[in-house]
Amino acid sequence: MSVKVVNPGLFTTIQDLGRPGYFHLGIPISGGMDRLAVRAANLLVGNDEGAAVLESAFMGPTLEFESDATVAVTGADIPPKVDGEEQPTWTAFKVKAGQVVSFDYLRAGARAYIAISGGIAVPSYLGSRSTYLIGALGGVDGRAVGIGDMLPLGDGKPGREGRSVPEKLRRLPGNPAELRVLPGLYWRLLTEEAGRNFFEDEWKVAPEADRMGVRFRGGREMSFVEREQPFGAGSDPSNIVDGCYSYGSVQVPGGKEPIVLHRDAVSGGGYFTLGAVISADMDLIGQLQPHTPTRFVPVTMDEALTARADRTRLYQELKKELA
Amino acid sequence: MKTRYSFGGDEHVFVEMDEEMSLEAFFKALSMSNAVRDAAIDGVTEICPANASFQVKFDPDRIKPDDMMAEIKALESHAEKAEKRLKTRIVEFPVYYQDPWTHETLMRFRDRHQDPNGSDLDYAARINGFDTVADFITAHHSAPWFVSMVGFVSGLPFLYQLVERKKQLEVPKYVRPRTDTPKQTVGYGGCFSCIYSVRGAGGYQMFGITPVTIFDPKQETSYLKDFMVFFKPGDIVKFSPIDRDEYDSILAEVEANRFTPKIKEVEFDLEAFEADHDGTNAKLMGALNVG
Repeated sequence: MSVKVVNPGLFTTIQDLGRPGYFHLGIPISGGMDRLAVRAANLLVGNDEGAAVLESAFMGPTLEFESDATVAVTGADIPPKVDGEEQPTWTAFKVKAGQVVSFDYLRAGARAYIAISGGIAVPSYLGSRSTYLIGALGGVDGRAVGIGDMLPLGDGKPGREGRSVPEKLRRLPGNPAELRVLPGLYWRLLTEEAGRNFFEDEWKVAPEADRMGVRFRGGREMSFVEREQPFGAGSDPSNIVDGCYSYGSVQVPGGKEPIVLHRDAVSGGGYFTLGAVISADMDLIGQLQPHTPTRFVPVTMDEALTARADRTRLYQELKKELA
Repeated sequence: MKTRYSFGGDEHVFVEMDEEMSLEAFFKALSMSNAVRDAAIDGVTEICPANASFQVKFDPDRIKPDDMMAEIKALESHAEKAEKRLKTRIVEFPVYYQDPWTHETLMRFRDRHQDPNGSDLDYAARINGFDTVADFITAHHSAPWFVSMVGFVSGLPFLYQLVERKKQLEVPKYVRPRTDTPKQTVGYGGCFSCIYSVRGAGGYQMFGITPVTIFDPKQETSYLKDFMVFFKPGDIVKFSPIDRDEYDSILAEVEANRFTPKIKEVEFDLEAFEADHDGTNAKLMGALNVG
């Protein structure tokens, strides 16, 4: 049983919940950038929440089904069609053998997650099927899906058609978007004014946004406290002795354009980081369209943990709803 | 050394042993990250040692961030007392300096460089006070290097040269990072050499290229059958300069899966090294070249 890729869309990769445990070797967590959407899509079609799905950015693929299956599309609002007939997003629908699933244009968000009953059964590497492009690992031969690929499916039990995630449990970033940041890491290298500006300024998502990280533009250039650069760091005040990067950390090479590191990020390097986006808001980053105005909001650890608990509650409600 | 602790969002504790690079800071970061692993603290999901720092990723649903921080801090004194000695291996890595592929790439990204009119090697030699590029290259390969971190991308080693501070080479990273670097480029940024394990973005100055594979996700390479990544922290590397013919013939051997890097077991003792740099390096080289 498999699904044929007639057209891969713009940028479609196989992702699951990721590959933790190898970051110390420079192999990132990977996995869907919007993990709530990955889980929702899988639960809708009766899969384990961590089954492999397709992640598509901005444009959906065209897929031809060899066998009957249940499909659900969550995350970005890119409405799916079965043989040309539009289907609702966040809802399980039936696809019969020989039918073709294609997509309408993007209406909101950035990344859609396409779950198929049985899950995509490409081989697992280091415990995950997620594609890590730079390392040529996972997915289909470590690359994005291409024309003519036959994606194998696992054993599924189709038949949950019509189930839907209620509106109140779906999540997309607002416009302007708000990302909560816990200041820390090398925050102390910024002048007080630069720190204030970072949270005051309106930033815009730059076109350079991918699975490694999302760059922002439009805010004021940052100034650094005067000091002698430590040995081994390099001469630019935004350079540090190369260290590990936190998932979600905000690095600012040259003090110019902040980059929030995401699921395929490099594991370390020599640019300073001013803190990290809190775990509760990481899924939202995967749904930011280029040019979206964005504000960074400073939070304390307590606020970060409250937001995380809210997020967990949301997921538990979703699970109950789809049980 | 002054240890600094910080949170990286709500899922990481970041510990910097020292702002500046030294082997002492490396050893402390390594022994402390080992101590965190041995302590098996519930909720820890990843431990990532780096050059002079390390990071712990944890699940805040299982352990409160403040408690995680306290557990890690409690291990610091233990790490300070740990022996600064490693049973490790020394590996010879052939490098084709001034190769055509990194040259083509550096020319393509000249607008992102400090000195758009020269090459990365011209620039590095000049700012480090060498009269010629050849002298600089000699300094780069004549003393061995210590793998002080593995990361960035897929098994890329950061290397720190085993010479006294005043002999250490230092260069800045590119003004703006490149979007392309040939696979197995030998790079340099800050006080670190690196070998780019895969093709991709990079900010380090480019000096040469090695024909030896260091990352193989398919694990077909004979010496990467056990694991896809070659390097681990503490490995010692001796670069040996090769010319185009040698490069081509080694590459052919690697591709035919007939190549094995020259590897010997050694012990590295930081105190012995600090007491006698040249003597320690001579011993390491002796071990590499035996038999």
